[in-house]
Amino acid sequence: MNNRKTEIKVGSNLEKVLASGQFCCTGEIGPVTYSSFDNIDKHAEEMRGKVDSVNFTDNQTAVVRLSSWAASLRLLQLGMEPNLQMVCRDRNRLAMQSDFLGAYAHGIRNVLCLTGDHQAFGNHPGCKGVFDLDSVQLIYMLKRLRDDGCFECGAECKVAPKFFIGCAENPFGDPFEFRPIRLEKKVNAGADFVQTQCILDMERFERFMELCVERGLHDRAYITAGIMPVKSPKMARYMQHGVPGMIVSEEFCQRLEKAEDAKAEAVQLSVEYINHCQEMKGVAGVHVMAVAWESIVPSVVEKAGLLPRPTF
Amino acid sequence: MIVVENKSAEDILKMVAPYKKILVAGCYGCVTVCLAGGEKEVGLLASQIRMAREKEGNPIEVLEQTVERQCDKEYLVNFQDKARDVEAIVSLACGIGIQYLAQVYEPIPVFPGVNTQFLGANLDVGVWEEYCMACGECVLDKTGGICPIARCSKSLLNGPCGGSQEGKCEVDKSVDCAWHLIYDRLKALGQLDKMAEYIPAKNWHRNEGPRKLVKEDLTLEQ
Ligand code: SF4
Ligand code: SF4
Repeated sequence: MNNRKTEIKVGSNLEKVLASGQFCCTGEIGPVTYSSFDNIDKHAEEMRGKVDSVNFTDNQTAVVRLSSWAASLRLLQLGMEPNLQMVCRDRNRLAMQSDFLGAYAHGIRNVLCLTGDHQAFGNHPGCKGVFDLDSVQLIYMLKRLRDDGCFECGAECKVAPKFFIGCAENPFGDPFEFRPIRLEKKVNAGADFVQTQCILDMERFERFMELCVERGLHDRAYITAGIMPVKSPKMARYMQHGVPGMIVSEEFCQRLEKAEDAKAEAVQLSVEYINHCQEMKGVAGVHVMAVAWESIVPSVVEKAGLLPRPTF
Repeated sequence: MIVVENKSAEDILKMVAPYKKILVAGCYGCVTVCLAGGEKEVGLLASQIRMAREKEGNPIEVLEQTVERQCDKEYLVNFQDKARDVEAIVSLACGIGIQYLAQVYEPIPVFPGVNTQFLGANLDVGVWEEYCMACGECVLDKTGGICPIARCSKSLLNGPCGGSQEGKCEVDKSVDCAWHLIYDRLKALGQLDKMAEYIPAKNWHRNEGPRKLVKEDLTLEQ
């Protein structure tokens, strides 16, 4: 449920959907590891009219990919709304702010601030991780740019970028009781909306949301739930054991394993989770991230009854 | 202490290949405690070099000496007699000692016999772990006495990243998540409110080149 009507700060489509009290639905495209827009053009067409904005991951899993910035710009040129992801691993505050100036000047309005996977996971494990700022400090820097018109150093920025500021939170990380507090730190720092880590264990997510609602976080930021269609039981099991910071429920794995058509079951699970989130207190929308399976997003969204998307 | 690891004899033999008479210089400081650069290790390396060169039919004379601290000029002068006599020096001190020795005994070439690793604690026999990065602005008061700069793989200041699970760091299951440790410690201390406190962006203090500390009261005395 969203139902929360608030003032518009920035005016991105995503913000308008959320501020109008409607349940938002966003998508995600992982840029490729070579110099081409082909996958973006393809998936953008699939998602056109089906999602309110599209995230572009920033060197996801610490593997070199086409930059989130360039991908976002491409989507703008295609007449759709991007959500620029930015991790703390690859840039210091200088490079980040410079990218924000450029991104805003080009018309990008949504940013998602993340810590970033450790470089040890990627294809350049010997590189120097930057982590000049952490994600909370990054959010605060963006808020000051927008609301106070000044850079991190305090100097004035003549034409300051005004972003709709997003953050992530992982209800499946530990210590569990600290996760809502960490989210509160991000909201205090200036986060307007939240996209959670993908939910593959609904029970734990429910407990997380209860704690968030107790703290009143849903009244101060739009909390959107991460939904991931998982193509195969093998992948679900891998995420259950091999991906740090993820919890995949036994039920989720077994349903995929027992299904005759695992892909159809994956869509069904996502649809059920979305519909469940629609009923949950404090959840303002869903973020559908179909990693390496972007083309499935439209049918998930449609089956969940989220179409047509609002227009303004 | 400063924790170092010995370079391989093979690497060191390459460095000293052109010379016939060298000095292996040890230090009684940290490198003695971490069993890599004290008197005993100096003796060990010196005989390794001698034996290897003997075998090659290219003998070398290797002098040995260990001083109190190589990072202090007062003790470095003790190398004077032997240093004057050799073509090169291999130092088993940390990176600081090696550089200072090279500076004081210029133009004698000085080579590193160790890889300086980190500032760490001796957790068990033969086990050391990084505990401090000498960041220049200690935050241990805010973090229950556990350093997030050195012990969190991402040097985060506002709590654990999303990869923290069951007390372990996302980088490796054998690595404790520093922020989980901090959480547990603050909880035990009844100071969990500190976890909610915003810690602002850090001044990494690298903006003036190498850092320098001058204690005016001490310099004026001299
Ligand atoms: S905060 Fe950590 S790195 Fe900085 S001085 Fe204190 S212990 Fe050392
Ligand atoms: S898991 Fe813990 S120690 Fe590892 S990077 Fe994240 S916060 Fe730091």
